[in-house]
Amino acid sequence: MSAPATGTLDTAQAPTTTVVRGGRLLRDLLGVLPFFVFVTIFLLIPTLVVVIGAFAGPDNRPTLDNITALADGYIVDAFVRSITVSAVTALLGAALGALLAYVVVTAGPDSLVRRLVTSACGVLAQFGGVTLAFAFIATLGLSGFVTVFLRDSLGIDIFSGGVWLFDLPGLVLVYTYFQIPLMVIVFLPALDGIRPQWREATENLGGSTWYYWRHVAGPLLAPAFLGSTLLLFANAFSAYATAAALVSQGAPLVPLQIRSALTSEVLLGRENLGKAMALGMVVVVALVMWLYGLLQRRTSRWLD
Amino acid sequence: MAGLRQRRVRRQRVLRWVVVALFAVLFLLPLFAMLEFTTRGAGGGLTWETWRVLFDWGTLASTYPILWTGMKASFWLMLLSVALTLALLVPTVVWVRLRLPKLRRVVEFVSLLPLTVPAIVLVVGLAPVYAWVVYFVGGSSVTLFLAYTVLALPFAYRAIDAGLSAIDVRTLSEAARSLGAGWATVMWKVVLPNIRSAVLSAAFLTVALVLGEFTIASLLNRDNIQVAINQLGKSSAPVSVAVSLAALVLAFVLLFLLSFAGRRRGQARRVNRVNRVNRERTTS
Repeated sequence: MSAPATGTLDTAQAPTTTVVRGGRLLRDLLGVLPFFVFVTIFLLIPTLVVVIGAFAGPDNRPTLDNITALADGYIVDAFVRSITVSAVTALLGAALGALLAYVVVTAGPDSLVRRLVTSACGVLAQFGGVTLAFAFIATLGLSGFVTVFLRDSLGIDIFSGGVWLFDLPGLVLVYTYFQIPLMVIVFLPALDGIRPQWREATENLGGSTWYYWRHVAGPLLAPAFLGSTLLLFANAFSAYATAAALVSQGAPLVPLQIRSALTSEVLLGRENLGKAMALGMVVVVALVMWLYGLLQRRTSRWLD
Repeated sequence: MAGLRQRRVRRQRVLRWVVVALFAVLFLLPLFAMLEFTTRGAGGGLTWETWRVLFDWGTLASTYPILWTGMKASFWLMLLSVALTLALLVPTVVWVRLRLPKLRRVVEFVSLLPLTVPAIVLVVGLAPVYAWVVYFVGGSSVTLFLAYTVLALPFAYRAIDAGLSAIDVRTLSEAARSLGAGWATVMWKVVLPNIRSAVLSAAFLTVALVLGEFTIASLLNRDNIQVAINQLGKSSAPVSVAVSLAALVLAFVLLFLLSFAGRRRGQARRVNRVNRVNRERTTS
């Protein structure tokens, strides 16, 4: 098309296009209306209920009482325990998961080992909740398979120091069980980004295996490793069902505290304490996810 | 140099088998323990009685009514959650890509938001919303599909978005439109067939999520399979462990199938990327 013709066409159409565009924009927006209506009702309003409720008193007037109540001894303890359990299981899961991911990557992208391990991890990372708690009760419970075997065949009583399965040590063990597969899934792509040429280059320049890991692969993988660890932390921190099914006494973790705030008779004037704790959880998770995003950007600089 | 590499490869292979075998034992042990637990006879022998009951649905329904109610609810929840998730996400994500590219970040942010709002937090805020749901449509457990759709959003969004990134939606839809197709035809006959495996994986992930969901159902006092398993765990442990194991195996099969669907999608994307690079080369 020649230039003058285009020019006349544009000037002739200019006014009508703006009108048409305005109408079209409205019609276009109509297309995303159902989605936004749905998420407003079932995601944004619930989130707002939590946020606003955390700052509202029993008479619905704004107050900071709920937030200051978070400083109560038992709530602080619950947060400390939740954060400890999440951090310990995240570190354990990250270390063991990274090891598993590494040996799987060395097998090559199309190997049977890799396919089996990745699909098994896909399932096991989802394997949380009640099912997982029951699996461990069947394994390490008082009449569990391993417990009975160790007691009857080897004379070892794993619960001689008390039944730890239904307490924090048990939670750490059970959480690690779903953290390792999750680590494999989120860390594999970073390991895939490591090129064999980099190792060859190190070797050609006289670098040892230690030197390669210390100065080449290590620094490259560090952001991905840290980021994955943070993701694992958030995963453990938000978990509820496993703890609910496993822990029989008390409410050591924040999600279990929220449950008791929701289900039991609440103290007068403390109706919104559960919302304040929920807000506290969102703040922790949001902070962790923000750091994760930062590290993710750093990772993608080299390993994409 | 070659000797060095060969030695390393050999060492890696030994390490690989040792590590994979160790992890396999560790991870299979609880599953085996579940099987052993459900087949443990009274005198220490082996019995399949629990599993026989599990597959005899008539007896199951009369002996364990909670379990039967939970299973039925979970079945409907799976269907409805998948239907709503796909019906909401697929058209929206496609439409945003085609007509409202500026909204893409917003839709992405909203869809991934449930990752930052844990289910235990969401349920606190959902309680008043569900008071209205009960007011309008009643208190059936099946209404949980609305909340489950929210939980499924991040996973389904990622799957569908990845699927759409692998095809050139704009060109496809423009071609169809210029040949006289309406938007519905573009959706059903052009876009959807091209992202079939992405839609499939979104559906599978949603099913796996609904099968394992406990938090919201339990705290809103509704019934689903996990709530029933948890309740039964106190009175008849073998049956509840057997149902957990069955649900787990079902999820395993689903996600294993998914890993094949995902594989094909990966290949398609590679081919597509090559095509795109070629196209750019020829146009520039």
